[in-house]
Amino acid sequence: MSGPRHYPEPYRGGAAALAHVRDAIVPALVEAFGDGVEPMETPFDQPQVRVAPDKLEPVARWLKERGFNMLVDVGGVDYLPRTPRFEVVYHLLALPQLWRLRLRVPVEEAQPEVPTVSHLWPAADPAEREVWDLFGIRFAGHPNLTRILMPDDWVGHPLRQDYPLQGPRAGLPAHAADRNRYHAPKLPGHPPGTTGLPGGAKGGK
Amino acid sequence: MSQVIRSGDYDLDLQELQIDGEGDRMTLSVGPHHPSTHGVLRVVLEIEGERIVKATPEIGFLHTGIEKTAEHLTWTQAITVIDRMDYLAPMSNNLGYVLAVEKLLGIEVPARARIVRVLLTELQRIASHLVWLGTTALDIGSQSVLMYAFDLREGILDLFEEVAGARMHQSYFRVGGLAQDIPEGFEDQVRRFLDRVPERMREIRAILDENPIWLDRLKGVGAISADKAIALGVTGPNLRACGVPYDVRKAFPYAGYDEFEFDVPVAENGDCYDRYIVRVEEIMESYRICRQALARLPGGPVVVDDRKIVLPPKPEVRESMEALIHHFKLVSYGFDVPAGEVYQALESPRGEIGFYVVSNGKNKPWRVRVRGPAFYNTFAMPAMMEGALLADMVAIIASVDPVFGEVDR
Repeated sequence: MSGPRHYPEPYRGGAAALAHVRDAIVPALVEAFGDGVEPMETPFDQPQVRVAPDKLEPVARWLKERGFNMLVDVGGVDYLPRTPRFEVVYHLLALPQLWRLRLRVPVEEAQPEVPTVSHLWPAADPAEREVWDLFGIRFAGHPNLTRILMPDDWVGHPLRQDYPLQGPRAGLPAHAADRNRYHAPKLPGHPPGTTGLPGGAKGGK
Repeated sequence: MSQVIRSGDYDLDLQELQIDGEGDRMTLSVGPHHPSTHGVLRVVLEIEGERIVKATPEIGFLHTGIEKTAEHLTWTQAITVIDRMDYLAPMSNNLGYVLAVEKLLGIEVPARARIVRVLLTELQRIASHLVWLGTTALDIGSQSVLMYAFDLREGILDLFEEVAGARMHQSYFRVGGLAQDIPEGFEDQVRRFLDRVPERMREIRAILDENPIWLDRLKGVGAISADKAIALGVTGPNLRACGVPYDVRKAFPYAGYDEFEFDVPVAENGDCYDRYIVRVEEIMESYRICRQALARLPGGPVVVDDRKIVLPPKPEVRESMEALIHHFKLVSYGFDVPAGEVYQALESPRGEIGFYVVSNGKNKPWRVRVRGPAFYNTFAMPAMMEGALLADMVAIIASVDPVFGEVDR
């Protein structure tokens, strides 16, 4: 093995960076955007703000220009039966400053749509697809908003709280239950055993 | 490394590889069942001759709804499904989850439990990197490294079996500490295992470091710049290979990592070879941490002294009515966790794994959102593949180290 190597000093000091975000960046953000950004308390020293959906794009741009160069995660939460029902949660990180900020965007059930940030951070592209797939929240302006984990023709959004754990046939309308059967490709002439129907229904004749 | 040996740098300029125009563009679907895709990844490639023009990863073939399942289990039961996401590093997954829940509960585990957690998580990092090393070498064409690496990893799995009874999905970390204390003589077993590590790593590196095939296949292949990697959300060894010294253990220390002395290996070029170098050197840093953890392992309890969260010891249950009630309540109902949201970041072998846990004050998690590092790393692959040769795709997928249990969850 080679001799002792000299690595650059790793980034340190996350706690001080989080305090800086709480004391300097969040107040500046609130001042710049007024009503669109609502400061929230910082549990466990994790700064977070609530952002109105129509202000998300400019807020994200503002933050990116000030150093938040990594979008760590985009996730959805379904707070049924609260209104607004959904929340899209963005975790931002600035390297090397180690600032972290959480944006929480409330989304109404009637119009589940927020603007995309995938043109600012390409990491949002697959993550927003996943939120669309599992929660049914649309991202306006997303270049390719298709399902990512579930099959393309799946009906329903599994991570919603009113989606049954045992699968779609437990509670969804009949057409959805019918379509969500196992999709094996149909061969010409439907040879026996390849109908793609689940066990008991496998006729094949 | 003393010298770089290559069979020649003219290889990539062969006339037949330089095809102009779009006339010869074809679409090639690789996977999901292909040995080089390390699980069930499908990559749709557009190629011109041997050159990749566009790559589109498709995932979801291993989607098992773990986040959904966890919402229907109690806080303790959910540990068992969270194991099964990143099946090469279940200890890291468990640690992130229990730390998040412990933050919500406002409890801190005793020193012995904390150090044992660090020890086992670092052993897990060694094991995960060894699987990566063996399978990558196999993809590149060196079969013996697989045997050397898996033999060493076997020693770690034996240690896990010793503490937890299971080799792969241990579920050994619990909210409030550990499932049980480590068995007698375990420290010596770990020491005996650790004695094997440097020698074995020297052997593996002797096979690979100056191997012309290995260097030809990895050097300068699949390079990605630091800015691009950050924009794509790449973390872990893949980001450090680009020269960004970001390690959650140093940046946002958790589980007492700030007490340990270790370096963060960083490379410069961000190509497949640098990802290899960063990982093999991380194995030795984890080795250092394990040694330190053994040296400072204190005595004392391994669980918090709170009968509302941790099961009472079995002998007590047989004698004390109160302990029996606690036991029954914890097994049947679990415990309530105060309402709130918390994000716990953690350096898993693949990068920053984040647990965004939402509680509504009941005995089941309302939402466990897992930020899987392999998910983002997988979608950074196109940036590494485009412009590379078709054969390099295998090296790029292998070097990124995707684990599809975690990508698809």
